[in-house]
Amino acid sequence: MRKLIAEFLKGIIKENPTFALVLGLCPTLAVSTSLVNAIGMGAAATFVLLGSNIIISLIRKIIPNEIRIPCFIVVIATFVTLNEMILKAYFPELNASLGIFVPLIVVNCIVLGRAEVFAAKNTVLPSIFDALGMGVGFTLALVTISVIREALGAGKIFGFVLLRGFEPASVMILAPGALLTLGFLIGLVNFQRGKKKKKMIERAGCNGCR
Amino acid sequence: MANKLMVSTSPHIHRRENTASIMRQVTFALIPAGIGGVWIFGLRALFIILTGIVSAVIFEWLIQKARGVKVTVLDTSAILSGLLLSYNLPPAVPLWLVAVGSFVAIAIAKQAFGGLGRNIFNPALVGRAFLLAAWPAYMAAFAKPFDVIAGATPLALLKEGKIAELAQLDLSYQDLFLGLRGGCIGEVCILALLIGAGYLLLRRIISYHAPLAFILVVGLFSWVFGQDGFFGGDFIFAVLSGGLVLGAFFMATDYVTTPLTTKGRFIFGLGCGLITFVIRKWGGYPEGVSYSILIMNAVVPLIDRYIRPKRFI
Repeated sequence: MRKLIAEFLKGIIKENPTFALVLGLCPTLAVSTSLVNAIGMGAAATFVLLGSNIIISLIRKIIPNEIRIPCFIVVIATFVTLNEMILKAYFPELNASLGIFVPLIVVNCIVLGRAEVFAAKNTVLPSIFDALGMGVGFTLALVTISVIREALGAGKIFGFVLLRGFEPASVMILAPGALLTLGFLIGLVNFQRGKKKKKMIERAGCNGCR
Repeated sequence: MANKLMVSTSPHIHRRENTASIMRQVTFALIPAGIGGVWIFGLRALFIILTGIVSAVIFEWLIQKARGVKVTVLDTSAILSGLLLSYNLPPAVPLWLVAVGSFVAIAIAKQAFGGLGRNIFNPALVGRAFLLAAWPAYMAAFAKPFDVIAGATPLALLKEGKIAELAQLDLSYQDLFLGLRGGCIGEVCILALLIGAGYLLLRRIISYHAPLAFILVVGLFSWVFGQDGFFGGDFIFAVLSGGLVLGAFFMATDYVTTPLTTKGRFIFGLGCGLITFVIRKWGGYPEGVSYSILIMNAVVPLIDRYIRPKRFI
C-alpha cells in the first residue's frame, strides 16, 4: 500500500507533469485563463489518463513492441472521444470554452508518456495510482497558473470580483501572460529544488556527490 | 627595470569610458527631449518621468539585494531604463501604470535574464509592450499639446484613414520638428532628440549605422508605398510623426541588445525599418517602432553569428 501511495504522490510534486517533467504545455498555456477552465481541463485529462492507463496495463502483454505507439494512441483516442461526448452532453458550456483542446488531449504528452513509461511496464493497480497522481498533479499545476492569471488578468476568481477598483492587466489573460506565469512558477520550483540539493550536499559532505 | 615594464595581455589601448560613464552620457543626451516633453505636455509629464526613474532604481536595488548580487544602481543603467520607459508613454497615463512598467522592465526584462549585459530585449521597450497589452485604453489616450483635450496622434489618424481630420490639424513640418503634436512624452520633440543624438554621435558613444538604416528604410518605404499610390507617400512626415527618431537613436543603438559589428548594426537597422513600415502599413497598431526593435533584438545573436569581422591574420 505504501508503494501505491508513493506512486500517487510522485505525480504531485517530485514528477509533476507541468513543473518537473514540463509535458503537455499546449493545453496548460492555452486553457489556464480561468479557474473553471483549469479544473475542467484537469478533470478531463485525469479521466483520459485513468482510462488509458488501466486498459494499456491490462493489454500490455498482448501489444507487440514494434507497434505499441499506434496501439496506445487508439486506446487514448477512444477515451478522448468518450470524454468529448460526455462533455458535450452534460457540460456544453465548459466544452465550448475549452474548444479544440478537448480533442487535443489525444496528443497530450502526459497521457502518451504515462502509457509508455508506466502503464506498459506495470500492473493495473499501480497504473491506476500513477494516473491519479499525474492527473491531480496536472490539475493542481493548471489551478495554480489559472488562479494567478485570472486574478491579475481579469480581477476575478471563479467569476467573483476580488478587489473593487483594481484594474486588471489584460495581458495576463493573453498568451504572454501564460508564458510569463509558467516561467516564473518553474523558476520558483527550480529555486526551491536547488536549495534542497544544496542542503543535501552540505549534510552529506563530499560523499553526497558520489 | 623589472617594475618599469608592465606585462599584460591585449588590448593595450583603452578609452577611459566605462559602463557607468556611457550610461551617464546617454542619460544626459536624453535630457533635452524630456525638457521638450515637459514644455509641450506640462508638469504631468515631469511626474511621469520622475516616477519612471525612481521606481526603476528602487526595483533594481530591491531585486539585486534579493538576488544577493552586487548592487549596481550607481551605474545609471536603471535610471536610463526608467527614463526611456517614461519617454515611451503617453502624457496622460496614471502614475501607478508607470511603476508597473518599471517593474516589468527591471524585474522581467533585465534581472530575470541575469542583469545588465545579459538581457536579450531592451528593458524599457519590454515594459512598454507589457503596458500596451495590459492596459491598451490608457496607452492609447494621447493629449493635444498645451492642452488637456484628448487628441489622436498623426499616425493614428493616418491609420484610420481620417485624412480630413489630419489635414484639419494643419501640421507643418516645423510643427512636427518642434513636437507640437499628440504623442509619447519623449518622442515628440525631434529637435531636442537630434541635439542629444548629435552629442552622442560626436562623442562616438553610438554609431550612425543602425539609426541611419532605420530612418532611411522607414522614410523610403513610406514614400514609395504611400497612401496616394506609388511614390505618393510623405518621407518627412513618416520620419517626424512617430517614435522613429527616439527609437532609432536611443534604442536601436543600445549596447547590450544590438549587434556588435558595423555591418550587423546596419542589418539591424534595415530590419527595424522594414518591420516598422509593415506594422504602420498593415499591422494592428498605428506605430511599430517599439515592436520592430523588440523583434530585431531577438535575432541579434543570429546576426552576430553570421556577420563576423574577418580574422586578423
